[in-house]
Amino acid sequence: MSLPEFLKDLFESWPLLGSIPLWLYSLACILGLLFLFLFPFAGIAVYLERKIAGDIQARIGPNVVGPYGILQWIADALKLLLKEDIIPAAADKKLFILSPMLIFLGGAAAYAVIPFAENVILANLNIGIFYLIAVTSMVALGLILGGWASNNKWSLLGGMRAAAQIVSFEIPVALCILTAVLVTGTLDMTQIIKNQSPYSWNIFHNPFMFIAACVYYIAALAEANRTPFDIPEADSELVSGYNTEYSGMRFAIFFLIEYAECFVICAVATTLFLGGWYLPFIDISGLALGLRIPIEAMVFMTKAVCLLFVMMWIRWTLPRYRVDQLMKLCWEVLVPFSFACLLGTAFWMALFKGKGIPELIYSLLGWGS
Amino acid sequence: MTAQDVFFYIFALITLVPAFVCVFHPNILYAGLSLFGSFFGVAGIYVLLGADFIAATQVLIYVGGILVLILFAVMLSKNIYGAKFQDEKKKKILPGLLGLILLGFLVKFILTTPWNMTLTDEAPLPTVSRLGDLLLTDYLLPFELASILLLAALIGAIILARSK
Amino acid sequence: MYTQFATILIFLIIGVCMVPLILLVGKLLRPHNPDPKKLTTYECGEESVGSSWVQFNLRFYVIAILFLIFDVEVILMFPVGVTFRQWMTSQAGKGLLVFAEVALFIGILLIGFAYAWVKGDFEWIKTIRPQKKS
Repeated sequence: MSLPEFLKDLFESWPLLGSIPLWLYSLACILGLLFLFLFPFAGIAVYLERKIAGDIQARIGPNVVGPYGILQWIADALKLLLKEDIIPAAADKKLFILSPMLIFLGGAAAYAVIPFAENVILANLNIGIFYLIAVTSMVALGLILGGWASNNKWSLLGGMRAAAQIVSFEIPVALCILTAVLVTGTLDMTQIIKNQSPYSWNIFHNPFMFIAACVYYIAALAEANRTPFDIPEADSELVSGYNTEYSGMRFAIFFLIEYAECFVICAVATTLFLGGWYLPFIDISGLALGLRIPIEAMVFMTKAVCLLFVMMWIRWTLPRYRVDQLMKLCWEVLVPFSFACLLGTAFWMALFKGKGIPELIYSLLGWGS
Repeated sequence: MTAQDVFFYIFALITLVPAFVCVFHPNILYAGLSLFGSFFGVAGIYVLLGADFIAATQVLIYVGGILVLILFAVMLSKNIYGAKFQDEKKKKILPGLLGLILLGFLVKFILTTPWNMTLTDEAPLPTVSRLGDLLLTDYLLPFELASILLLAALIGAIILARSK
Repeated sequence: MYTQFATILIFLIIGVCMVPLILLVGKLLRPHNPDPKKLTTYECGEESVGSSWVQFNLRFYVIAILFLIFDVEVILMFPVGVTFRQWMTSQAGKGLLVFAEVALFIGILLIGFAYAWVKGDFEWIKTIRPQKKS
């Protein structure tokens, strides 16, 4: 069940809320997700990034606004809101305006199918993960347009590089997702998690799945243009690439979606490989739904945020790749590896009739699954 | 008119208006980009028909792939930006004629095909697993042939790119 | 099914409207002092020479075509991937046959992949060749 349906069921017997049509519930849930989760979370992720960067480089990081500088992101958002909006005279004005809209659409629409907990998912599509791949592919389009419309050499280089990079790395990402789909046998995000259990996460299904999870994470880093693959927006070479000419709120949207996308990547990795909202070895399915949902959401968020932390850790530790190295890495390392994972997992499934390592061990020990 | 009909006409409009812009806009970049709307409109119609997987495929291949390819093609052409493509009348006759012939064929096929239509009130079933089963059994040969077609396309693209 | 897609439709509509809305709110708050120098293209203080809408490297186009071909391959595999598990667990004896079908499908395209790799088409820098005679 999706969140709007779940809420409608919950408030069915209430005097006023019960008569509200379902689409209004949907609208409320979407606005709630955007304003109470996406925007604040992206802001806090920026704060975390700066704080972690500070720690790794042995300096303090933001510490002025609020305790430990925790309100820094609100100050940043306000500052960007008050900045003058500049569209260069030489730019193609219509496309310049269109680009952030496309990027926002592509980046935010992915949140519709992220399963935070049982019943806490905006739209329970039966093609969930496939829909997610489809809508995020819009971001590449937005980046090319942004780079092109700015009529700035750096922006153009950045936009073209970004598009080529996203498009190349989409292949290993899609292949690794397909490998996970092979094991779970569904595209429905909720069902993917339910087909795992506290005792058997997908990542431990077979050795190839473990490699697939690693390849997915690396390729997804490149797809989100994160260091060490941030060639399109390399500060020292391209003056932040495709968003050189963007200022104020338009720039903020590029920035927001970058962090929103990072979370999507971590959430997808959690769903596909790390058992979603299941705790390791602790079965809580016996608890009442009202108690279970907060726990599940917390578990899911913990896993995703841990992955997000690793992303930031990598960013402030590793140097940047070169364009040719990057393309070589994609086509000559990640794509062959992901094909090997796909075939290996398929073979494993054929050999052991779909059973994974945990199930095989449990049946060997004589435990029920 | 049911709600489905209303949505069908809305999606049809979303499909057709950008298509006309694509044909008549003098700036080739805008013309290519206007297809964005068309692709989404068609995806919407697929959803109405209960073909959820095809709808997502439409967005993934056309918006994420073909449109990027078209934009690259436009940007890689020399001095194409700002060039006006207003052909003289002579050049409009032949493509127009070809278009009309194609339209004739399409209308003929639409009228003569025995459409297998059954109207139900139920929401369509999930299509993906049925598609997969059919690809592995009844349509196995086309499925494998698709791979050979893709192989041919891959090698062709590489050789064309190299010969430059 | 329509219920879920209706939510997606509402989401997409909100997604389209959100950016103009944010910019509109910003418009009430932010200053607006255009001046011709401010609106010039930023190139670290240098006067920018010419337009940047120039012909670009063909490599990008080739990458996009390669992506498209592999993308179609992956998409064709998705429905098969969904039913794959069922074929492995329920239909006894057919598991290896189905695996062979899938492996053949992937294998055919892998020939093309290997061809492109051996011929060096994944090399990004192609114009700079090592010159042996010098």
